[in-house]
Amino acid sequence: MPPVRAWTPPNAGNPAPGLALPLTGIDINTMPAIAAHHVSYRYGDRLAVDDLSLEVAEGEVFAFLGPNGSGKTTLFRLLSTLIPLQQGEIAILGHDLRRETTAVRRQLGVVFQSPSLDKKLTVAENLRHQGRLYGLSTSELASRRDELLGAVGLTERANDLVETLSGGMRRRVELAKSMLHRPRLLLLDEPSTGLDPGARSDLWKYLRQVREREGTTIVLTTHLLDEADRADRIAIMHQGKLVALDPPETLRAALGGDAITIKTERPAELAAGIRERFQCEPKVIDGALRLEQADGHQWIARLVEAFPADIQTITLGKPTLEDVFIARTGHRFFGDVPADAETSGKKKRKGRG
Amino acid sequence: MSTATVSASPSLPVIMTLAHRELVRFFRQRNRVFGALGQPIIFWLLFSEGLRGNQLDYAHFFPGTLVMILLFTAIFATITIIEDRNEGFLQSVLVAPAPRWAMVLGKILGGAAIAMIQGLLFLILGALTLGLDSSSAEIALAVVLMGLISMALTGLGFTIAWRMESTHGFHAIMSVFLLPMWLLSGAFFPGGGSGWLAWVIRLNPLTYGVAGLRHYLHFAPQASRGLNAPGPPPLPPVDALPPLAVCWIVTASFALLMLAAAWRIAATRTTGDMK
Repeated sequence: MPPVRAWTPPNAGNPAPGLALPLTGIDINTMPAIAAHHVSYRYGDRLAVDDLSLEVAEGEVFAFLGPNGSGKTTLFRLLSTLIPLQQGEIAILGHDLRRETTAVRRQLGVVFQSPSLDKKLTVAENLRHQGRLYGLSTSELASRRDELLGAVGLTERANDLVETLSGGMRRRVELAKSMLHRPRLLLLDEPSTGLDPGARSDLWKYLRQVREREGTTIVLTTHLLDEADRADRIAIMHQGKLVALDPPETLRAALGGDAITIKTERPAELAAGIRERFQCEPKVIDGALRLEQADGHQWIARLVEAFPADIQTITLGKPTLEDVFIARTGHRFFGDVPADAETSGKKKRKGRG
Repeated sequence: MSTATVSASPSLPVIMTLAHRELVRFFRQRNRVFGALGQPIIFWLLFSEGLRGNQLDYAHFFPGTLVMILLFTAIFATITIIEDRNEGFLQSVLVAPAPRWAMVLGKILGGAAIAMIQGLLFLILGALTLGLDSSSAEIALAVVLMGLISMALTGLGFTIAWRMESTHGFHAIMSVFLLPMWLLSGAFFPGGGSGWLAWVIRLNPLTYGVAGLRHYLHFAPQASRGLNAPGPPPLPPVDALPPLAVCWIVTASFALLMLAAAWRIAATRTTGDMK
């Protein structure tokens, strides 16, 4: 596992050098929204989360990116208090996840991957139940309901049954529901799953609004590269481990140049040839060669001249998050998803139009 | 941060809101209303007509049918916990800062309230068709006993359903456990049977609920002979039933035990949440 750089929250206000922060200081601005130390979780023999440590600052939009089975959903369940912590420590806004569960739950808004709305109830009824579960008074509940339904553009649908709403609208109601008690940390599990591109960009518009108005920290899991790209920072997960943690631009910049992909019938021979002639290390991934180099356009000319017979196609691209993933793990992002994980994931998503 | 923000949500609104949700959902699904009330009434008609020759009649089967309605409604109300889990509603309840016992009680009270509404409707039907001879105090006590039976059965349903992943498995439990439990509660066989059967009936806590209702609910003599068949009143003599005090103690203990079991099992996490 490559080392993960320590990161200072942007709004921490760096103290003058040599001026140590008091350890007992409960300055809200310096308290991380999430602090995880050496967290592991196993289902029987399978290690789903493997010794993960990281911090998320307040006010961040933070994405856990990884393919199915990378451990991000397990991590989400741990953070949302749905499953108990087995190993390691997690603090949410300064509250210990194990010992101060109620305090943690007060601060959390949770949007699950499976819809948590009761389809037989109206939008307003769903929100009322949620408000009661969080101990809101009737007047608080009413004003907050109107405010949030206005914010997600669903004021007119308040008295409609949830089963009559579209998938995108339901997800917006979920968002309103999770924000009802003014949580300081909003957790979302695969928020865009099952949404068409229009509904997806709507959801992000509302998410950003919510964050602007209430200062909520937003932490989400996703297997969509373009969705992760909207976050301030991305934690890339692979087989339960954290393999990278940086802003998306930094992750891409770290690849140092352009990504060259070569399709060929004899990848191993071509890789050996390139290695010998240019003293660089191409990777063989799914029968194609990948090469990361600055000045990619010059490399293309060089490669085609050197191996005219072996190259079927050669493409040049700016590095994407998928390239980052490949560089850090040696795997294609979607290449190593076990077939059963994919289908069970699809089955679970039924009924979310 | 003030300490007030760290306390759990008030329990009473949590209980009320979850119970209310059960009622609203139930009456928005008409087929559930029919299933819980219609099937026992059909059974009542068929048993009473078919077994009239054996001196068993509408009045004999009335308390048993009443308990069957409570059983069906209570059980089907609580197995919705499986749907709640699969549809995702339960997860959002589980991560709320509300006490777990309040969530359990809300679900059980909601199911018991649905069962009571159906049971009371059937009681009114019985009073109208058979002519109820009980005093108002007896009717009131019968209703309280029905409430305890409903709580016990919803608690039982909750405990069975909590760890189940689909409603399919529940049908097996229904036919090998719940229906025999009903048949062996004195609801069906008169006089309590003999040999091992008598012991099963004596050990079945539901027996005492049915017996308690038999104590309180008397019908006009002409009605107990069936619709217009002649013959002596075939009701088992009331002194053959377990004493009333025993009926109350056993039924109340059954309800408390089932509530405790439901609360305990709800503190465990299930594989259903891992998916």
